[in-house]
Amino acid sequence: MILDGKCPTGPIEQTWDKHRFDLKLVNPANKRKYKVIVVGTGLAGGAAAASLGELGYNVEAFCYQDSPRRAHSIAAQGGINAAKNYPNDGDSVYRLFYDTIKGGDFRAREADVWRLAQVSNNIIDQCVAQGVPFARDYAGYLDNRSFGGAQVSRTFFARGQTGQQLLLGAYSALARQIKAGTVKMFPRTEMLDLIVVDGEAKGITVRDLVTGELRTHVADAVVLATGGYVNVFYLSTNAMGCSVTASWKAHRKGAFFANPCYTQIHPTCIPQAGEYQSKLTLMSESLRNDGRCWVPKKKEDLGKKPSEIAEEDRDYYLERKYPSFGNLAPRDIASRAAKEQCDDGRGVGPGGRGVYLDFSSSIKRLSEDTIRERYGNLFEMYERITADNAYKTPMRIYPAPHYSMGGLWVDYNCMSNIPGLFVLGEANFSVHGANRLGASALMQGLADGYFVIPYTIGGYLAQTKPGKVAADHPECKKSIEEVQAYNNKLLSINGKRTVTDFMRELGSLMWENCGMARTKESLEENIKKIPALREEFWQNVKVTGSGAELNQQLENAGRTADFFEFAELLCRDAHHRNESCGGHFRAEYQSEDGEAQRDDANYCYVGAWEFKGVDKEPELHKEPLKFENVHLAVRSYK
Amino acid sequence: MSDHKTMTLTLIVWRQKGPNDPGKFETYTAKGITEHHSFLEMLDVVNEDLIKEGKDPIAFDHDCREGICGMCSQVVNGVPHGGQERTTVCQLHMRTFKDGDTIYIEPWRARAFPVTRDLIVDRSGLDNIIQAGGYTSCHTGGVADGNALLIPKEIADYAMDAAECIGCGACVASCPNSSAMLFTGAKVAQLAALPQGKAEAAVRVCAMTDALKESGFGNCSNHYECEAACPKGISVKFIARLNREYQKALLK
Ligand SMILES: Cc1cc2nc3c(=O)[nH]c(=O)nc-3n(C[C@H](O)[C@H](O)[C@H](O)COP(=O)(O)OP(=O)(O)OC[C@H]3O[C@@H](n4cnc5c(N)ncnc54)[C@H](O)[C@@H]3O)c2cc1C
Ligand code: FES
Repeated sequence: MILDGKCPTGPIEQTWDKHRFDLKLVNPANKRKYKVIVVGTGLAGGAAAASLGELGYNVEAFCYQDSPRRAHSIAAQGGINAAKNYPNDGDSVYRLFYDTIKGGDFRAREADVWRLAQVSNNIIDQCVAQGVPFARDYAGYLDNRSFGGAQVSRTFFARGQTGQQLLLGAYSALARQIKAGTVKMFPRTEMLDLIVVDGEAKGITVRDLVTGELRTHVADAVVLATGGYVNVFYLSTNAMGCSVTASWKAHRKGAFFANPCYTQIHPTCIPQAGEYQSKLTLMSESLRNDGRCWVPKKKEDLGKKPSEIAEEDRDYYLERKYPSFGNLAPRDIASRAAKEQCDDGRGVGPGGRGVYLDFSSSIKRLSEDTIRERYGNLFEMYERITADNAYKTPMRIYPAPHYSMGGLWVDYNCMSNIPGLFVLGEANFSVHGANRLGASALMQGLADGYFVIPYTIGGYLAQTKPGKVAADHPECKKSIEEVQAYNNKLLSINGKRTVTDFMRELGSLMWENCGMARTKESLEENIKKIPALREEFWQNVKVTGSGAELNQQLENAGRTADFFEFAELLCRDAHHRNESCGGHFRAEYQSEDGEAQRDDANYCYVGAWEFKGVDKEPELHKEPLKFENVHLAVRSYK
Repeated sequence: MSDHKTMTLTLIVWRQKGPNDPGKFETYTAKGITEHHSFLEMLDVVNEDLIKEGKDPIAFDHDCREGICGMCSQVVNGVPHGGQERTTVCQLHMRTFKDGDTIYIEPWRARAFPVTRDLIVDRSGLDNIIQAGGYTSCHTGGVADGNALLIPKEIADYAMDAAECIGCGACVASCPNSSAMLFTGAKVAQLAALPQGKAEAAVRVCAMTDALKESGFGNCSNHYECEAACPKGISVKFIARLNREYQKALLK
């Protein structure tokens, strides 16, 4: 099937305004008759639930943490982009649009990206109005910093805790609606199934994580804003509870999964210290504004302390390879460059899996206090984890799985191929193409939640009668029975290996064979091994306790089971895409100097997969991508 | 990695099936722990052993494991988050312990935080306080340009100092009165300091103070344990600001 993204046509500058005008409206008096379910209350879902509640819809919102304030958006450190051009350095909506299309290696839709760039400025205003304490200069104006993949300074930040402050802003807007009674909040509640009636999304089945009770909630539309899936690599910068579960359950019910192979490996994370490790910690990309990446030129120097290695014996490989972007090269490029140095046997630290990120020249130029003012909390965090003082000795960093560009397929309205199912934030695939630029995920989450869904959901609801499906619909009963049976099965296996043990093994298969570089052979190995491991999981996993109580093992087992099915799809997608682009690097397709080589003639499309059954091959649908405003070109940061 | 020396520790952990179960301490041994394990990774190791023995693992809250989500909440040797300055328990590393140590692990203890299971407590009282007024009543859309109102750096920095609160509840757990005044004061101060929050400052402080009492939190009697326990180092000066804003509101 050829998919249609339903993008508006005409001059790109006018697409969003025109589309907004064309969308049908729901009469204000009728809004409260429509019930909308929002799953996930991070930046995307929190902003959406608050805005939809304020418009008058009857909203029910869900998250798995004990409070919406703890969604993983909270962990974003560096900042959020907007095309304000406050520094007068040449930024514009067009430039942000251009940078995002190019940064995504020409694998995103132009119209969606344009809209994102256009509303980026409203986001900053909105957050300021909420009381988000962005950094300001002495005159009281908003301050900016630079981020990878851009030559203008367009990133707004709140110390090293931008995501926290933006999320607390969205959370406060949500709290206001909860008080007003327009939003009913269900924390510690996990979505375990999507209810589809006559081809439309009409509800969800959830498990109360405290009592274990299974329940269905019906609605006129369902919005998923459940975040990313890179925990499929087990070790990642995501929180322990981040999973593909909500998206995967929707996928099993017919929603197409787009570009799952586009995963972002972040260049600056603290290297793994041991087997037992449960997650990896990111050091914000903003550090690359003042930190310089290097490894020793000579292998003999590997055993030495960094301070003993002479300046001329250091290879500042990013500055060498990419003189115009230097240490601010985009993430995919910086990560691969780090891997290249380590593969070449010049990596530093245990196992040779690390490169230095060195602040000494910035400290000399600017003073230690300035660096402390800019990144103090990051240096503290680094010291807490590694016991090293990065003011005195360079940080040691290594790439780690971080972000998922792929996600459920959506059209221009953020609606999936299942009518009534909308997908926002990291959970959808829409704007980042094959690689996301720093500080654009926060922008996307809030754009989707505050400024896109409030309009586009109206277009759908205006054409449906409210309350079509009642809570006692047979599909609801069926869904509960299925979830119950699934959980009972997990609990009854009583095998010998723990859930974490399986997840670790799956993660290492994914990292080794489908991580920073992939080949036809490595992917074929995974496509063989993953189903076998999955089979073993279903025979030999041990989950203690029962389903009728708080049971974290059962939660993890369910999430892991979904990762097992999803991992195979991810590898299949990577295997079918015979090109390298952005975060998807197929070793067979590279230029002489090791850069990613796209194949626009054959792969300039979105690959959206349809579920056909666990042991069946999924079916590929394509949405061709057209570039009418930015010309397809080789992406160069030299 | 394998060349690290390992530690063996005795853990004395609070186990409680649910809010109505009386609960009790149980003793466990943590083996093969290195200085690089985080505290929660040490508990993971213990839990893996328990699961293999067919026993219920210790339930505890956690998510980001990098000190920002505020989910983790354990009293370690009598101190919320374990007592390392400006550190959540998920960021506490085992290098601060010695081989052979005995470690007591308990949940947050406060009337307003009933135990859900083992080390997990119900902190919805904190959400109630924010819902009562911890926001500016701006609408989505239709707001002024971000630079329309200038905010001097000192004010922006002051607001940010307050806004760093991660809502973990350690302040409440450390307070002899189970007061949530530091939590509440930080939000009141952040919004009262910023021009965007000034208009509603009086209504806000009254509503949030009422919610604080209704949710079962106690009053502040200046012990300052909260500041010491706060993993973000939020200053008690925000409690003073809370009191000041409250007095101002009463005079209105
Ligand atoms: C360490 C780190 C640093 C980052 N730094 C930056 C940065 O500086 N700038 C930037 O732009 N981006 C950054 N990012 C990326 C960005 O933070 C995320 O992409 C973005 O916040 C995702 O927002 P979201 O609303 O889509 O999802 P999330 O914030 O992850 O929220 C997901 C929500 O879904 C809920 N949920 C999930 N599954 C279920 C289920 N089955 N049932 C019920 N609820 C469910 C969760 O409870 C949560 O509420 C960073 C990411 C990380 C991990
Ligand atoms: S787990 Fe997030 S702060 Fe500790």
